[in-house]
Amino acid sequence: MGILNNSPALPVLILLPAAILIPLAGLVRERLAYHLAVLSTGLAAAVSALNLAKVLEGGAIHYWLGGWFPPIGIEYVLDHLSAFIVLVVNVIAFLVILHSRVLVAREIPAPGKHVPYYAVALLMLCGFNGILVTGDFFNLYVWLEISSLALYGLVAVGGKKSAVAAFRYLIMGTIGASFYLIGLAFLFTSTGTLNMADMKAVFPHIAGQPAAAVGLVLMVVGFGLKMALFPLHGWLPDAYTQAPSSSSALIAPVGTKVAAYVLFRLLFFVFVPEEAGRGLPVAQAVGWLSAAGIIFGSVMAIAQKEMKRMLAYSSIAQIGYIGLGIGLANSFGFIGAVLHVMNHAVMKALLFLTAGHFRMRLGHSRIPELDETARRRMPWTTAAFSVGALSMVGLPPAVGFFSKWYLALGTIDRSNWIFLGVILASSLLNAVYFFRVIERLYLVKSGPKDGESESAVSEAPASMLLPVLLLAAAIIVLGLLNAFVVKGVLQAAVPPGMT
Amino acid sequence: MSEFLLGHYGYWLVFVLMALGLYGMVVKRNLVKKLIGMAVLQVAIIMFYVSTAVKWEATIPILDPALGASDPARYISPLQHCLMLTAIVVGVATSGVGYALVVTIWNRYKTLDEGELLERMKDDGDSE
Repeated sequence: MGILNNSPALPVLILLPAAILIPLAGLVRERLAYHLAVLSTGLAAAVSALNLAKVLEGGAIHYWLGGWFPPIGIEYVLDHLSAFIVLVVNVIAFLVILHSRVLVAREIPAPGKHVPYYAVALLMLCGFNGILVTGDFFNLYVWLEISSLALYGLVAVGGKKSAVAAFRYLIMGTIGASFYLIGLAFLFTSTGTLNMADMKAVFPHIAGQPAAAVGLVLMVVGFGLKMALFPLHGWLPDAYTQAPSSSSALIAPVGTKVAAYVLFRLLFFVFVPEEAGRGLPVAQAVGWLSAAGIIFGSVMAIAQKEMKRMLAYSSIAQIGYIGLGIGLANSFGFIGAVLHVMNHAVMKALLFLTAGHFRMRLGHSRIPELDETARRRMPWTTAAFSVGALSMVGLPPAVGFFSKWYLALGTIDRSNWIFLGVILASSLLNAVYFFRVIERLYLVKSGPKDGESESAVSEAPASMLLPVLLLAAAIIVLGLLNAFVVKGVLQAAVPPGMT
Repeated sequence: MSEFLLGHYGYWLVFVLMALGLYGMVVKRNLVKKLIGMAVLQVAIIMFYVSTAVKWEATIPILDPALGASDPARYISPLQHCLMLTAIVVGVATSGVGYALVVTIWNRYKTLDEGELLERMKDDGDSE
């Protein structure tokens, strides 16, 4: 099969033309937009699964675009880490897009407007795929801007306030991308190369120079902003809350993870932390900021009365776990962080989708107004939400437990008791804000005056339930099979030289 | 010291422009001024890249029979310019999205001042 020789580039090459074809297909028939989006994300997910299998069998794949060999040309690199995260991103995106038909039709009611919505969503996914597979720093910047611009659009189609949230995100996001670009300028002028592998080879020669240290720090700050690393998280709560539910379910699970992946790439694969600017503790700084972010996000989540806003703050806390793994910089921490990329993607997609169900059927997702009625009328949605919530708290055998477990092992390995304390404390805080919702859904009797409106409330349609139940099942199944994921994929993904 | 200041005047200019741009984006309350700050920041970065490609007594990177191909110091590097062409396109696209959002915000709230905007947004609940 000739075309599969090009498989590293295929997810991008499927999603980009699909994003352009969707508006054209929408002219013929509006429903085609949805079907095309599902088809292309499904294909991309299938190809990524194939790519991961290839990488597991034969090691990293280097794909030279146009046959130009690096460092002259741009290369795409699929190793265990990128192939794994590409698969996670594309599968989650497929499920969320599959889910989105009814929700998008309801949340973007203007006729014909959901056609560009799908086009923009695919552009964003295409950008994410590009960031994940590219082996070239400037190419990464271009993909970053493609995904970010699409992301602002996806946020801005929400309710009345969404444009303001999107504008703030645009300002912050552009500052982040600009910092990355300035940092790259420093590194490029000192090394003369943009290729990641080439940069890694040249870097030891310039490691002592201030330009290298400044460049690296600027790049990390830039992606820290994109990743919503505390205290650069300011854009996130509004953006996730004001975006339509299907957008938040698409952005929240994968958006910040892609930025976290770039930090993995920068700090562990290209610039070995010990060499970067005379032992500059960049990774450690990320770790400490993340630890602060975990506590901050969890406490703020407890204070929220709106489910989507609570989930947004919880995202800040959860991205902190990934940063914590970066800060630990040992193999347990790394495995825990990468595992958490997958786990949090599954959990957050599930939780944002169920929040979308509540919004669609009840007309709101304010936590103090939830009660037993919601559960009786929407038993499957509530059950799925509970599975996601329990997994966030970290109850085995749900996936959420295992990434925390590896992170905890990593902190013990480093004898870093403060980080261990943070992980344990945040699990308790998670329990506080999720059990609060579960308690209302299962135990609080519905008030008598709700009797009239409740007859209108019913379970979400099957097209929405199927992806949600699949995600809920995935939480348990992936949790039970986590040993296979860790042994089969992640241990091979641990960067060389890390213990 | 004066050598340090004067010898790097290009970088100082870029540095001042970057600071101005960041100041505009973060401190200015008017949304359009924020976008202007963004443009200034982007231009500063573009100038920084291009200034690193400067070489005295060198020519465009097309093979000149009189100079030969043996001495790379006689040709300037085209890469920075190519990169910045892309960055200019990205900057234009970002400005486009930014101004589109500004128009939307104006249509919804009839103000572009951040303080007033926050006042008027208080009345709205979170999006449904």
